[in-house]
Amino acid sequence: MVLLGIAIIVAGFLLRFHPLLVILASAIVTGLAAGLDPLAILAAFGKAFNDARYVSIIWIVLPVVGLLEANGLQERARGLIAKMRGATVGRFLTFYLILRQALAAVGLTSVAGHPQTVRPLVAPIAEAAAERQAGDLEEAERDEIRAWAAATDNIGLFFGEDIFLAIGSILLIKGLLEQYGINLEPLQLSVWAIPTAIAALLIHGFRLWRLDRRLARRRRQP
Amino acid sequence: MITLHWVYALAGAVFAAFALLGVRDRDNPRRWTTAAFWALLATSMWAGDRLGDLGNGVLVLGLIALGALGLGRGDGVVPPEQRKARADRFGNRLFAVALIIPVTALGGTFLFKAAPDWFDAKQATLIALALGVLIAMTAGCIWLRAGALVPLQQGRRLMDCIGWAAILPQMLASLGAVFALAGVGDVVGGIVQQAIPQGSLLGAVIAYALGMALFTMIMGNAFAAFPVMTAAIGVPLLIRTYHGDPAVVCAIGMLAGFCGTLMTPMAANFNLVPAALLELKDKHGVIKRQVGTALPLLIVNIALIYWLAFR
Repeated sequence: MVLLGIAIIVAGFLLRFHPLLVILASAIVTGLAAGLDPLAILAAFGKAFNDARYVSIIWIVLPVVGLLEANGLQERARGLIAKMRGATVGRFLTFYLILRQALAAVGLTSVAGHPQTVRPLVAPIAEAAAERQAGDLEEAERDEIRAWAAATDNIGLFFGEDIFLAIGSILLIKGLLEQYGINLEPLQLSVWAIPTAIAALLIHGFRLWRLDRRLARRRRQP
Repeated sequence: MITLHWVYALAGAVFAAFALLGVRDRDNPRRWTTAAFWALLATSMWAGDRLGDLGNGVLVLGLIALGALGLGRGDGVVPPEQRKARADRFGNRLFAVALIIPVTALGGTFLFKAAPDWFDAKQATLIALALGVLIAMTAGCIWLRAGALVPLQQGRRLMDCIGWAAILPQMLASLGAVFALAGVGDVVGGIVQQAIPQGSLLGAVIAYALGMALFTMIMGNAFAAFPVMTAAIGVPLLIRTYHGDPAVVCAIGMLAGFCGTLMTPMAANFNLVPAALLELKDKHGVIKRQVGTALPLLIVNIALIYWLAFR
């Protein structure tokens, strides 16, 4: 019965209902199915929301991003890339991927991110490079390049952060295994994140290289 | 001591400014609901700890109601010609200001950890990030000769573009807490256990990694999937029956879950919010770019567990 909430989430997202209402419906149904009374569900939800406030503080960077964009940050990025020979979307995003993985691997996960670096710096530079490679972009193509920038940030973060000893997921693994009587040091766990980190770099880097080839082909046959 | 509460106070002030400026935005057809939404979020940042659990629940209901009614956005975009002229005038100063935030976050993380009496060392990066925002805002206003209201107005414009999607990550995290309370994980674990093919090591490895990815896609979070899948398959089968190395099984199993995170709208802060932030037409645009990396990487993770854990 408690799985009804999951069914509601999946169906609600697939049918594109308002996500906030879908989440509310799922919480109510799950809670009721588990025999909680409505006020207890509301209180549990409220407590969790308050505990998770740190997720939303990242929006304080928007005034800085807005100020810079109003003063021509994206135009400036375009001008800078125009002067660099050999700068392509693929090469630039691969460089950013390595940088993001390296920073995350030493525990600096919040130094970069979508509001902090992708919107003001990475996306405009990637767009400017793509324009130079393929000529003027249509809106859908421009969106695609921006999506590549955001995707590269996520992949760099996910497959870098577990190399760091004191990241949440490593501590969670350590804590859970202790319950089964298996004691491990964080270092024993985090070294096993390295093979996947290398694989992520190779796979995503290869896809970015193919993106460059696609943009170059588009230029040759307009 | 400077703790995360100082950052919450700053965030509350920023959201309150968005609300106040929003009320005066006559271009926005829904300026009252929009302003009320940001005002409620400011209240949560400022007074969340004093509202009590039920009070916070009512506040969330208010946010959901306003978000469902619909938020709007005004105009206020600076025309391209003007931006071009300013870009030529300010040059690389723009990059210098943009880099203040990551550089302060980086330096502050190390500095604040060295002074645990003054700063909450566990939250060093977030505190440093907030400090970086303040420095960048001040430096930006001075260097770019902008009034103090310009960053807040432009920030509000971006915030209104994102709209209610801004609280989606926080909402999904809260839903996860309700799921945990209701014992959803145990039920899913039981189902998975029945679905594993008997006597096949490779089958068990695939079930574990695939289960991590799929359950992460449903919950939007590998942290929620990990205890369930590890209790159902990881510990009883891979570690106890087949004597796999627990470090390899769990570390790479978690990363198999991260592959799921790349492919689900439930991981809103990584997948849906950036799409809104970058003003993409297709809100699943970021996920579509990620699937091509996530699927091969999931196969790599299955192979890595199979080869490395059972030597």
